[in-house]
Amino acid sequence: MDLASLTETARRIRVSDLDTVFAAGAGHIGGEMSAIDILTSLYFGVLRIDPNNPTDPKRDRFVLSKGHTACALYATLAERGFIDRALLKTFLAPHSRLNGHPNRVKVPGVETNTGPLGHGLPVAVGMAKAAKLDRAEWRVYVLCGDGELQEGSNWEAAMAAAQFELDNLTLIVDHNRLQQGASVADTNALAPIATKFEAFGWATAEIDGHDFPQILSAVDQAAVVAGKPKCIVAHTHKGRGISFMEDRVEWHHRVPNRQQYEQARRELEGAA
Amino acid sequence: MDATTPLHDCRDAFVEALQALAAEDNRIVAVCNDSVGSSKLGGFRDRWPERLINVGIAEQNMVGVGAGLANGSKVPFVCGASCFLSGRALEQIKTDIAYSEVNVKLCGMSAGMAYGELGPTHHSVEDFAWLRVLPGITIIAPADPAETRSAVRWAAGHHGAVFLRISRVGVPDILPPGHTFRPGKADQLCEGSDLTMIANGTLTHRALAAANLLRSEGVTARVLNMASVSPIDREAIVSAARETGVILTCEEHSVFGGLGSAVAEVVVQTAPVPMHIMGVPGIFAPTGSANFLLDEFGMSPTGIAEAARLLLKRKA
Repeated sequence: MDLASLTETARRIRVSDLDTVFAAGAGHIGGEMSAIDILTSLYFGVLRIDPNNPTDPKRDRFVLSKGHTACALYATLAERGFIDRALLKTFLAPHSRLNGHPNRVKVPGVETNTGPLGHGLPVAVGMAKAAKLDRAEWRVYVLCGDGELQEGSNWEAAMAAAQFELDNLTLIVDHNRLQQGASVADTNALAPIATKFEAFGWATAEIDGHDFPQILSAVDQAAVVAGKPKCIVAHTHKGRGISFMEDRVEWHHRVPNRQQYEQARRELEGAA
Repeated sequence: MDATTPLHDCRDAFVEALQALAAEDNRIVAVCNDSVGSSKLGGFRDRWPERLINVGIAEQNMVGVGAGLANGSKVPFVCGASCFLSGRALEQIKTDIAYSEVNVKLCGMSAGMAYGELGPTHHSVEDFAWLRVLPGITIIAPADPAETRSAVRWAAGHHGAVFLRISRVGVPDILPPGHTFRPGKADQLCEGSDLTMIANGTLTHRALAAANLLRSEGVTARVLNMASVSPIDREAIVSAARETGVILTCEEHSVFGGLGSAVAEVVVQTAPVPMHIMGVPGIFAPTGSANFLLDEFGMSPTGIAEAARLLLKRKA
């Protein structure tokens, strides 16, 4: 997919996410907007997956460790053809398959249930290890939040991934610098993130997480360092694409009112 | 059982069965937390070094890795001391294993008070309670080597989450060599009409010994070995309540939330009868070996028999 198509696809996913959160009256829109360019790059430029065969053993695996941004994943899966677009209208409705956090049993394309933070990377290490045992070509990608790295389980997994030389594993950190209640720096400052992963034996890269060519080149197989898992620190902006949400901590899970929704819609449409 | 009865460490039967299965099915892998020795996985590692995945001392990661391996079509047996596997990684067990409905076998080694004098940090007398409330995990506490082998084989063939509770405390042979474990099914080890004793794991042979003591007094006890804590054998429990009138349970677990509680949940809702629940009485155990502590908590054969006599006085 070329740059113009990726840009347009990401814009559509943002509109879809905004519409879905507004209609449901809940969601985590700030962290969804920060992640959507990464999700778009993976689903339309990287992952070898087939919506008609979502459990193909040879598929690439993607794990959304920041499971609270499920709505962005659902919007992406709908855009990619894994689920019907109409299903998005049921988001958070009673008995909907689209819970506030992704469920692999209910949603095709979801690999493991997430929500509690710090779960995605350990599971992804197991997936990547399984591929290694089978000398298989499929690869594993994880997207986590930056605040999420405060969970110790990530660092257990980081040690194991390096020890097992999982160069088929790529972790992308959505480094929007904000967590639920405050900035990451004012909570448990993690930055610089890349040097921490380097110290754990990982290959690393720092990119603009809203720049498609940068994202695609960082996750490209040509950029793999043999024997090392890779951590890509993607510098992003919470609320990206909607001016009054950008870099504002309160938009972690605030829901726009009608006026805000219409303004956000106009801004996203203006980006077309 | 007397001083000459051979006693077995069920970990040996566990690894014997696991290796036999691994030889047949290369999807089977073992995952551990630096517990190659205590999980007795040395032989497995020597035969299949690649298939022994040691994540280091990191139980949360260990359970997540197990879930990921299952996603990659492996059949992981995730082995660690039960206290750390069930306690330290409880949320991973809930989210990555149970809620995600994956095919992972959690093997809680040296469960109960097997670590004896190392104390309550290393005792696992909460694992039934913690795991029993999670939907979809079959919980099995085998009583002897034959049942251990059979449970491991069943777990490997069952597509779903299983918790195998494996003791290292010596137990005699109880079940016949060709025993077949059935989930949700108890095994009646002896018939009786005055009361029913329900036990599992290291308590089954103690309950049988207590039944023998009572028999010499003319009291006949039905003894059920109930390795399957979840699902529970409702039919056997209801029959026991209706046919024998009182039920005594024994387990190497807290009296809260374990086998006794699971039995009581069935009894009070279907066929209420007096019960007595024996186990660790809601305290952190004092210093002592597992067998010392079981006796200390009233679960010697004579202690169980005495509890049975008191229970019989409450019989309607």
